[in-house]
This record gives sequence, C-alpha cells and structure tokens, in this order.
Amino acid sequence: MSDQHALQEYLLRLADSAMILGQRLSELVGKAPALEEELASTNVALDLIGQARNWYEYAAELLDDGRDADQLVFLRDAHEYRNLLLVEQPNEDYAFTIARQFFYDVWHYHTLTRLVDASDDRIAGIAAKAVKEATYHLRRSSEWVRRMGDGTDESHRRIQDAFDVLWRFTGELVTADDIDQAMFKAGIGPDPEQLKQDWHNTVREVATQATLTTGAEDAWMYLGGKRGEHTEHLGHILAVMQFLPRAYPDATTW
Amino acid sequence: MHDHQPSSVDVLIASDRVPANAHPERLTEAAIWDLLDRVKDPEVPVVSVVELGIVRGLSWDGKHLQVDVTPTYSGCPATELIEELIAEAMRAAGIRDPQINRVLTPAWTTDWITPEGRDKLRAFGIAPPQGSASKMSLLGADEIVACPRCNSEHTERLSEFGSTACKALYRCRDCLEPFDYFKCI
Repeated sequence: MSDQHALQEYLLRLADSAMILGQRLSELVGKAPALEEELASTNVALDLIGQARNWYEYAAELLDDGRDADQLVFLRDAHEYRNLLLVEQPNEDYAFTIARQFFYDVWHYHTLTRLVDASDDRIAGIAAKAVKEATYHLRRSSEWVRRMGDGTDESHRRIQDAFDVLWRFTGELVTADDIDQAMFKAGIGPDPEQLKQDWHNTVREVATQATLTTGAEDAWMYLGGKRGEHTEHLGHILAVMQFLPRAYPDATTW
Repeated sequence: MHDHQPSSVDVLIASDRVPANAHPERLTEAAIWDLLDRVKDPEVPVVSVVELGIVRGLSWDGKHLQVDVTPTYSGCPATELIEELIAEAMRAAGIRDPQINRVLTPAWTTDWITPEGRDKLRAFGIAPPQGSASKMSLLGADEIVACPRCNSEHTERLSEFGSTACKALYRCRDCLEPFDYFKCI
C-alpha cells in the first residue's frame, strides 16, 4: 500500500463520515423536537457538509481520475463509502441523535486537534478551520448528554438506551487499521493509542457528570465501515441522497 | 461594406476598458479596498466583506486582479455568492477577469471583524462577538453577552445556534427581546 493510496483512503473516510452524518442531521428539517434544535441540527449539518467538501476536493485532486467532489458524493455506491458505521445509524428518538453526535464529536474533536499539526499543509489548513466548528459541536452535544442523563427518569432511560445500543459502533472510531497506522507514521493522523485514550477519557468524563454508564472498552464491536462494509442503513441514505443527481445527471441547479 | 476598421464607439469602449487592467495605477489598492467595502455580506447586509474581515488580500498578477477571500464557516452557504458579488463589483469598476481565490489558511476568526463592523452589527440588533476568540470561549464558560438593544448583561442563551451557522440565539431578561449573538470563533 503506497502512502498516496493511504492518504486518499484516509481523506475519503474523513469526508464520508462528515457527509453521511450531515445527511442524517438534514433529515431533521421540519421534524426536530424544537425549533431551536432544528436550527442547531441543520447548522451542524451545514458545517459537516462544508468540511466534507473541503476533504472531497483534496481527495479528488489526489485521485485525479476526472471525478470532482460532487461525483464522489453522488456517484459512488455503498461499498465505496468509507464512513464510520456510527454516523449512518438512524436518528431514532432525540436521545439517539444526541448520543450518536456526542460519540462522533469526541472522536472528531480529538482527531482534528491532531490534524491541525499534520505534515500535509492542505490537511492542516482544512482541520484548523474545522476544529473550531467541531469544538462548538462537542460543547453542544456534551451539554445535551448531561441534560438528558441528569434530567428526568424518562430522559435518563432514553439516553442510557442510546448509549447502550450505539456503543457497539464506537470501537471503530478508535480501532486503527493499516491506513490509520500509515497516516500516523506519515506525520498526518493521530497516534492511534493516544486517540483511543483521549476518546475514552472525554466520553467517561461527560458520562459520569451525566450519571450514565458506558460499555466496556473490550466489548464486541462492529467494524468495517472504513473498508466499505456497511450496515443496512447506508444504502437507504444513498438512495435518498443520490436519487436526484442520478436521475437528472445534467441538472446543474436544484 | 465589411469594413474591419473599428468604429469610433468600439475605440471608445476599448480605450475605456483596457487601461483598468493594463495600468493598475488607475485604480489604487486603496480605491479597490473602498470598492470592496461597499460589498455587503448577503446574510448580514449591514456589514461589508471588509468589515467582516473575510477579504484577506489584494494583488495584481500581471493583468489580473487577485482577491483572496476566506469563508467564515466551512459550510457557509453564502461563500459562492459573496465571491460572485465581489467579482461583480470589480467588473463594474472596469477590472476585467478579476480572480477571486478561496483561501482556508489561516482560518477566519471573529477577531478580524473591525470595530466599525462590530458597531454596525450592534446597531442592527446582533450582539457582536465578545472579546477574543480562544479555546475557552469555544469550549467554555458562558460569555457575558450584552443585549444589543438595552445593553443589559442580564441575558441568557436560548440555543447554541441561531438563524445562521455564525450566530447563536439569546434573550434579554430585562427588555425580553430575543436577539442573535455573533459567535466568537
């Protein structure tokens, strides 16, 4: 595996995770539990889709096969997507939406904090912008986890359920494969051991404040999203997201 | 009858157009900054792109004017529109083919909003960012945000996000007005 190939794959992972979570959050338009939360969810979605575009544009330049950012988003099938399994999980109730966001935000924040110092200037530049947004996202989702966990019996039960169900997808965030290792060695990606430790520390700290319990670090985990092996949900997301540009490939505005 | 001699009108137009690029001294950098200062942010139309701090540089590259612009947020939907508005203002001043470059580094910070920009935001009913962008203000302790209408510091945050990605929603507990706060990043 060349470094160039690893870098392309790594960029697609960053891009696809941000894009798919952005698409998931966009589903809340018109049906979030409160107007403020609809604004918040869609603004987070906007940040993520904007970041995704920056990653895709760089990936497209490196791939250099004639595809642009739009084509990478709209014309790849599920097995070509490299997003984390966590972000393709459905919104369910708002506790699920928040728990998913929180687990992702913690990973995103610690990853971007490292990418800011990447040996690749382009990555460092995109990360420097994104980390400000991700920091704000983490502040918001942490607040919600605390509010729900340390709230009413009902809110506590729901967010605890969400933590329990989604925990099985969190191992992938901090389990490094050969591409993550190659990016670390190239002075780009985070130290996998450090990232794992940071992620667990932050999650536990907030969970404790929220009176929630987290799963075991060595619990059985679903892996595979980063290699293109997805849960049943991704195909449905792509069907909605890609229908228009696939049906009307000549349309330039919609 | 097919006379290829340019008509006097063509000559006039040509002579009118060419110098703006060929002789950049006709438009000094200061004059171009003034033009840019008239281009308003489409989402917050009281402040200009200069006051917002998103125009990062001007230069002449041979015949082409280069304008470096940085987006406020990665996903700011006004990015393309702002670039087009800037290009349009440059063309209207006779500058042919201005090049608008999107630069991401260094990342925009609310620290770059000018004092005039902050005053205009406040007058428009948007509380300007408080103090300097730091990790503390991003992660942290709630800032004290003064109500842009009555100046009371007795305010509360209703939502981390307001009508656009760059704003949060607040409410004044004294005059009871809700207002947008331009987030500090």
